Amino acid sequence: MSNAIPTSWYLILATALFSVGVIGVLTRRNVIIILMSIELILNAVNINLVAFSQYFRSVDGQAFAIFVITDAAAEAAIGLGLIIALFRNKATVNADEIDLLKW
Amino acid sequence: MLPQIAFFLLAAVMLISAVLVITRRNAVHSAVWLIATLFAVGGIYLLQQAEFLLAVQIIVYVGGIMVLFLFVIMLVNLDVAVRQTPFSRQWLLGLVTVLVLSGELAWGFYHEIRGGFALPPANAAPATAGNTQAIGLALYRNYMLPVEIASVLLLVAMVGAVVMAKKKLD
Repeated sequence: MSNAIPTSWYLILATALFSVGVIGVLTRRNVIIILMSIELILNAVNINLVAFSQYFRSVDGQAFAIFVITDAAAEAAIGLGLIIALFRNKATVNADEIDLLKW
Repeated sequence: MLPQIAFFLLAAVMLISAVLVITRRNAVHSAVWLIATLFAVGGIYLLQQAEFLLAVQIIVYVGGIMVLFLFVIMLVNLDVAVRQTPFSRQWLLGLVTVLVLSGELAWGFYHEIRGGFALPPANAAPATAGNTQAIGLALYRNYMLPVEIASVLLLVAMVGAVVMAKKKLD
């Protein structure tokens, strides 16, 4: 009775968080908030990894979650550097005004 | 009974603040709500007996990544963006897409649970060593090469961010 929470509850919670993150990526204009939504998606993945790590009584899932957090840090640094470079050139952070590659 | 109450409390905080992240007009408010979401995810880690990940979550996400986000929000001028509409033109299409995706996932869950594949509650792992010690052994023994690759990735990301964000030398 130390932990009576079924693993499927964690999976459903992670699905909900993932869906909220995808809604954010698809509907927001601000590039910074799109990056924040990607962080939400990565956190949903981490909840799944840790849930299965607990289910299989193995610590490998938590090690993978640490790699995911590493990737999130690298992605945030690169993405925010891109946003600064973009803002310097176009003076906007709206995703639908960044259409340099469209013709 | 207590773990379930904690689970629903953390889940409610997580989902409500996640929705607030993607609906706030001001990016600073979104960042603050994202910090609340990250703390709730850390609470879920604690519920899953992953104490080391809770510490990593707070130190790396809240202490590192969110500070970076707030710095960049301060750097780019958002006075104009606050007055504009926060959603893009294809927001309805995006919402319908995500609803279809969530419907598919919910359908899958429903059939898995009805088919008898409902995952039973995991038993508490026999805590011979601490969680931090177990993760350290896994990382530096079984996953030594991935750790090295991750460190190179972080170095490349750091150099790349500096190169992209620096002013042009002319």
